[in-house]
This record gives sequence, structure tokens and C-alpha cells, in this order.
Amino acid sequence: MAKIHGHISINIENCKGCELCTNECPQESLKMSDNINKKGYHYAVLVEDNCTGCTNCAMVCPEAIITVYRQTKQKRQPVAVISNVTENLNINID
Amino acid sequence: MTQLFPEKTDDPYLYLAGDESYKCELIEEMNQVWRRPDSLIDTPMHYCPGCGHSIAHRLLMEVVEELDIVERTVGIAPVGCAVFAYNYLNVDMQEAAHGRAPAVATGIKRVLPDRILFTYQGDGDLAAIGTAETIHAVNRGEKIVIVFINNGIYGMTGGQMAPTTLAGAKTSTTIFGRDPSVHGHPLRIAEMIAPLPGAYYVTRQAVNTANHVRKTKKALLKAFQYQIDNVDGTCFVEIVSNCPSGWKMTPLESNELLEDEIFQFYKLGDLKLPGKE
Ligand code: SF4
Ligand code: SF4
Ligand code: SF4
Repeated sequence: MAKIHGHISINIENCKGCELCTNECPQESLKMSDNINKKGYHYAVLVEDNCTGCTNCAMVCPEAIITVYRQTKQKRQPVAVISNVTENLNINID
Repeated sequence: MTQLFPEKTDDPYLYLAGDESYKCELIEEMNQVWRRPDSLIDTPMHYCPGCGHSIAHRLLMEVVEELDIVERTVGIAPVGCAVFAYNYLNVDMQEAAHGRAPAVATGIKRVLPDRILFTYQGDGDLAAIGTAETIHAVNRGEKIVIVFINNGIYGMTGGQMAPTTLAGAKTSTTIFGRDPSVHGHPLRIAEMIAPLPGAYYVTRQAVNTANHVRKTKKALLKAFQYQIDNVDGTCFVEIVSNCPSGWKMTPLESNELLEDEIFQFYKLGDLKLPGKE
């Protein structure tokens, strides 16, 4: 994996479910959750581990609730790759 | 045992921004490359989902932070959807009567010339009731930045036709589409004021895609920098935006309509650059 690794965090309670970020992500890392937040909107979640930290989603998010991180130091091997998540799951690593 | 995800929730992708206890290991090693500007008050905005107003608010705060003028920026809030702009922008704000923001900005700038003034106006405010104030403020070459959010409809009052509505567009007052022979032609304000000698920098941008947002930010940076440099003239930044509620569409559909139809009429780009006619 010789590519840049990024990550985002979304303040889901303020998400209004406009789907602009899911449409703008070049990696298609974002999907709308089946769950709803306190306001009753389906919120955006990161469902693929291929985010590059390009900030496109943060640029178009009207609520400015996406924080973007990008790895700059040495690369780390992932413990596990999570992809194509369709339901909620809990993961514990021993 | 490392718990990768917080216990408090059953959604593994829930990382609450700013909450240290929720940050997983992965995030700690990474550099933050983008976050919400501090001057944008941390509260949910009242705008409809997907509305371009929120993006314009955020860009303004990013720009004043980057230029380090938070302490001496004064914004003039309009009447319209953005009437509560002062609830979100953590700079000095003043509410103006409908359409009169450039006149109020003129007064403040003349009394306090070291302040950086911007007006934030929609198309009902700037292009309808406030056309006269806009034209005369620009013609006098007032040293202010006018930010014009053009979404071609009166969003706040329920989607009535605005002067900027495109011909053929259906609104709640033109249910068969705007007919120029009855309702007049759509008004291109930026083209109208660009030839005025008082206009220093006139540009039209958009916020519907990430690249357009980046370009808009550059345009705003330029406009504010000109005012800091105390150039002789008004900077006018038009932002062609969407109004999903007024257009009766989803946010994604409204952004498509912008690309497909509206940018053909409201062409993006700089209309007047300093030193060029
Ligand atoms: S930062 Fe870029 S790659 Fe990562 S989720 Fe956002 S748009 Fe997608
Ligand atoms: S762009 Fe922002 S508000 Fe819209 S769905 Fe994505 S995170 Fe939520
Ligand atoms: S009515 Fe239109 S312009 Fe007003 S907040 Fe809603 S989408 Fe935005």
C-alpha cells in the first residue's frame, strides 16, 4: 500500500444527511448510515479503509463537521482492513 | 486488549470531533489537515440540509482567520435566509434593514477606516430591494467586500421568483415557469456592476463541488487582501449557490441543476481583475 493514508471523523449529531460528502468522495469511502441521529437524519459514516485525506468531503460539508487527518510519518501495517460494511459491528482486538 | 472503538456507542464509525476520549490510535498518529474554523461558532446552523449558505459562512471564517483579521472584521448581516448569520460568525456583526447592507457598511467603514468590512447578502436582499444601494456603494468605490449569494429564488419566504431566477424556472409565483415577456429577464448583477469605475475586483464563483469551494476561498482571500491593502474600490464576490428547499429538490439534484443549467447563464470566473478592463 504505497498510498497516502487518511482518516476523517464526523460529528454525526450535527449531520443533516445531505449526502454531498458521499457524492464528492473520490474513494467512495463514505456512505449514509441506516441509523439516525437525534435530529432524525441519516448520518454519513466512513465505511472503507481507503480514505486518502483529500479533504473533499470536508470542503463540501455545509455543516463543517468533518475533521480530516492524514498520515505523514512512517507507514504502519494495518491490523485489519474493514470494507463493505453494511451493518453495524463491534470490533475488539486482543 | 485494545478497544479500537468507543464503548459508549454501537456504531463503530462514531468518532466525535474534538472529544479526546473518542480518538482512536489511528488518529493520534496522523496530522490534522482540516478542521472546522474556530471563528465559526460551534452550533448547528438553521439552514436546510445541503444549503450553500453554510459553506459560504465557513469560507468567510476560514479567510478571516487565515488573514488574521478576526479582531477587526465587521460583517453586515442581510434579511433573508442568512438573517441569523451573526449567530454563526464569531466576528463583530451588524444587522441591516432589508437590502441596505452596503449603506450600513459604508457608514461603518467611513467612521472606522481600520476595520475590514464585508456584507453578506442574498439575491432577494442585494438584487431586488437593495439594487440601488448596491450600485451606488460600488459606484462610490466604497472600500468594502460585498459577498452576494445568488440562488435564484426567495428561499426564506417559500420559493418565490427572484429577479435572478432563470427564464423558464418554476417557482411558487411562476408556476408555469418564468416568462421573460411577463416577469422580466433574469438579472446578472455582477455583469452590471463590473463596468463601474468604483468596482475593483468582481468575480463569480460557486460552492457546489470541492474544487469550486477551493476557488471561492481563493477569491474571498483576494477580496479581503485587497481591502487590507486599502485599494481604491469595492470587491464583489458573487457565489452562485443552491436552494434545495426552494427548488424542491434534494441537495444532490440541486447541485446537478447548477452544473447543467445555471452555470450556462451565470458563467463562473473573474469579471473584473485589477489592472485589466
Ligand atoms: S478525505 Fe477524501 S478520501 Fe477521505 S473520506 Fe473525505 S473525500 Fe473521501
Ligand atoms: S456533507 Fe456533512 S451534513 Fe451532509 S451528509 Fe455529509 S457529513 Fe452530513
Ligand atoms: S430556503 Fe434555500 S437558501 Fe434558505 S436555508 Fe433553505 S436551502 Fe438555504
